[in-house]
Amino acid sequence: MSYFRAESLSLHFGGLKAVDAVSFAVEKGEILSIIGPNGAGKSSIFNLISRIYRPTSGRIFFEDQDITEQPPYDIARLGIARTFQNIELFENASVLSNLLVGRHRHSTTQLWQELLFLPSVRAGEKVHRRRVEQVIEFLDLEPYRDKLISGLPYGVRKVIELARALCSEPKLILLDEPSSGLNVEETGDMSFWIRDLRSELGVTVLMVEHDMSLVNRVSDRVIALNYGRVLAMGSPAEVQQHPDVVAAYLGA
Amino acid sequence: MLDFVQQLVSGVALGCVYGLIALGFVLVYKATEVVNFAQGDLMMLGGFFAFTFIGMMGLNYWIGFAGAVAAMALFGMLAERVVVRPILGYPQFSIIMATIGLGYFLRSVSGMIWGTDDFKIDTPFSQGVLRIGSLVLADDKLSVIAATAILCTLLWLFFNKTTLGTAMRASSENMLAAYYMGIPVKRVVSIVWAISAAVATCAGVLLAPITFIHSNVGLVLGLKAFPAAVLGGFGSIPGAVVGGVLIGVIESMAGFYLAEGWKDVAPYIVLLAVLLLKPEGLFGLHVRKKV
Amino acid sequence: MRFLFKTDYEDDIRLFPHSGYFVSYGLLLAVLLIAPYVLSSYVMSQLVFVCIYATVGVALLILTGFTGQASLGHAAFLAIGAYTAAYLQKYGVPFPVYFLAAGLLTGLIGALVGFPALRLQGIYLVIATISFAFIVEEILARWESVTNGNEGMRIKAVSLFGVAVSRDSPTFYFLCLAVLVLTIVGTLNLLRSPTGRAFVAIRDSETAARSMGVNVALYKVKSFAISAAITGFAGVLFAHKLSFISPEMFTLQLSIEFIIVILIGGAFSLHGAVLGAIFIVMIDPFLTYLKDDMPGIIAGIAATFGAGTQAAANVQSKVATFASLNGLKGAIYGIIIVLFVLFEPLGLYGRWLKIKLFFQLFPLYKRATFKRQKIYVKSERNR
Ligand SMILES: Nc1ncnc2c1ncn2[C@@H]1O[C@H](COP(=O)(O)OP(=O)(O)O)[C@@H](O)[C@H]1O
Ligand SMILES: [Mg+2]
Repeated sequence: MSYFRAESLSLHFGGLKAVDAVSFAVEKGEILSIIGPNGAGKSSIFNLISRIYRPTSGRIFFEDQDITEQPPYDIARLGIARTFQNIELFENASVLSNLLVGRHRHSTTQLWQELLFLPSVRAGEKVHRRRVEQVIEFLDLEPYRDKLISGLPYGVRKVIELARALCSEPKLILLDEPSSGLNVEETGDMSFWIRDLRSELGVTVLMVEHDMSLVNRVSDRVIALNYGRVLAMGSPAEVQQHPDVVAAYLGA
Repeated sequence: MLDFVQQLVSGVALGCVYGLIALGFVLVYKATEVVNFAQGDLMMLGGFFAFTFIGMMGLNYWIGFAGAVAAMALFGMLAERVVVRPILGYPQFSIIMATIGLGYFLRSVSGMIWGTDDFKIDTPFSQGVLRIGSLVLADDKLSVIAATAILCTLLWLFFNKTTLGTAMRASSENMLAAYYMGIPVKRVVSIVWAISAAVATCAGVLLAPITFIHSNVGLVLGLKAFPAAVLGGFGSIPGAVVGGVLIGVIESMAGFYLAEGWKDVAPYIVLLAVLLLKPEGLFGLHVRKKV
Repeated sequence: MRFLFKTDYEDDIRLFPHSGYFVSYGLLLAVLLIAPYVLSSYVMSQLVFVCIYATVGVALLILTGFTGQASLGHAAFLAIGAYTAAYLQKYGVPFPVYFLAAGLLTGLIGALVGFPALRLQGIYLVIATISFAFIVEEILARWESVTNGNEGMRIKAVSLFGVAVSRDSPTFYFLCLAVLVLTIVGTLNLLRSPTGRAFVAIRDSETAARSMGVNVALYKVKSFAISAAITGFAGVLFAHKLSFISPEMFTLQLSIEFIIVILIGGAFSLHGAVLGAIFIVMIDPFLTYLKDDMPGIIAGIAATFGAGTQAAANVQSKVATFASLNGLKGAIYGIIIVLFVLFEPLGLYGRWLKIKLFFQLFPLYKRATFKRQKIYVKSERNR
């Protein structure tokens, strides 16, 4: 059985088939990229996995468990974290609090304990803080710890999105266009981090990406999507030479 | 049965006034995403203007009416310029607060100018009645209904058949995009405020024979018109009028058929019930942010 | 300017980041503790109202400021707390019990209001809370067997350990102060724990909060419940301070006043809630002052600048007429709200921070530091 599996997943908006009977599987420790033109339905697949949308049909499995009917907040608890294409950070909070929200799934304290800030809460906070610090170190975010998000440049926010997802110590991470809006240097950093994610932290990666050089550098396998349908699946080179994919990108 | 029809007609008439105020809410909201809590107070001010022209200066009803509408249109532009434009684009909460402040100000200043007594405007239809068999309907109520229908038609024509109206609809969809398309967004917003103040004035003048004009009437009716707008979905112009009529009818039926006290809360109970089932109102669109 | 060197994760968790805080808050507490023995009973009375308003301000801040759920219905929660206390006291329930019961019941009702509010956003939520408050007001006026209807209810003085605590006594003031301080400390604790961060996350992006594992519905209900419960506690004190309650005390006007408290104070800070409460409570004494003393003072000034006795008397009566105009309070409210929204969106506390920063960075302070960002795209329509 595969680690993560989508079975003939469909999502319809009225007459529009944003995702149309898409099936694929992700193996443990793999980096799988989804490519495709704008509007192909890539983000929609992520939104289905994180349960922002309910699939019109199809099923999703993670670690052999059917998660199609799980409430959205349970997806994170199962160990699936994500980033957003257009950055969904908590604008009016500090970087540190943003990252600490990433720890939410690990918090065990009760409301009344928190009101009194009992020793158990304090101990928990210290653990969270230490884990967050590890992520900060991993992604070189030290200069920004106490800054408000609303004052930070786009490139840094993109990294903080990744950091917040990592703080939840995910098993599977969904990255929606991690390099969009980044310059060449920042994209280079991102590709190193994505590879380190897997090698150092053992996270499985499912990624939507437009930058082909980044896709080629990090992916084990690639899925090409157009009009909500899978065009091709395989190694980066195979998929890019597939005639349907070439046609889709040329706009034919 | 007769009672029922009579209640229905006065409910619809009252509801039309709510609907007209709600219309003002919706116009401004659609164009600027500002919820104008002072809309009812604009109506009150319009009523006072008309009273000044007609009751105090003794002008002809129609001339006074037109004068009040014109004066209030200018006042609407002024209010927009002073209170709203500087904070356009800021969080909704700030803007709501600013209009609440404007409402306070208008209420107390008109209390200072016109005093706290009740005023009534004599209209050409104040006395007449329409008899259909044994059914007796007051002209002033019918006139409200007719005027609302006329106003809505005019607004519909304006928004759908004129260039300016189209520009307004465009800028209500996306202000920034409209701006880049060369639509003078600021002027559009200012005209929207003028229109909504003018519509509010019509409501105020039409209301005058049914209820008295006093400095708090805007607050009281505004708080009824507000549920009307929400009921209608807050983005839809016909929705606002339908919502207003619904609220008016519910209120007058509850006042007639139920125990005392229900009249005032029934609209709110219905509103909460509707929101529970349809959080976006009866005619509203539920839009989600794309991520 | 002070640089903080952090050496331990504790440094980020502590309530007081450095020793300076101990000194200033210690001093403040000392002043507040000796106040009743120094200040006039009139000022103390105002101070009690400040404590009550500030408590409600903090409660509203939790819901509106931190969780992003607007409410124009907090007067209703205050009413529920007040009436519960009055009703239970009538049946001989001791103060500590009905105090707790009032808070719990109000919290429960807050949670019940929170459920339907789950699916509502922005303006829809505002109107739903207004509707709720109207309905509560009407129930209070009609449910005569319990609330005594429009006649209102009397409430006797607090009785602690068998001793009656008059509403003008220092003890009652200390009680209100203690409730305020406990509320503030509890809120601060919450803000440095997972729950508080979940609130802020919901405020800024529900989608992201959800995908980070926050059960948005549950936390919204929690926020409603906590906010309502605190307001309920404040309601008990409010009832005791006034010693008489009736439905028309808990109107939309009062809910708006609470919003003004956090608006004027500064929407995101607990300091702001306290400053805002001081401000709101001071408006009435200020108006009295305007009415009683101001005309004389202005006439005096006119006289010193060479105006004749007749002219000075004239000025005096003009000012007096103006100051006793009926709607003056409303006009002042209106102007204050508009001015704050237009020019001081960060509120009084924001102004204080700016002044502090100005001196810390002098001469490098840039006005743009606190500039608000405009978001012209229709961001709030679809969340
Ligand atoms: N909430 C929605 N309502 C209607 N259509 C949507 C919605 N979200 C996405 N779509 C449509 O679904 C299609 C796929 O969108 P998306 O998954 O965002 O594409 P992309 O591959 O660029 O990430 C697009 O045509 C888009 O317009
Ligand atoms: Mg996308």
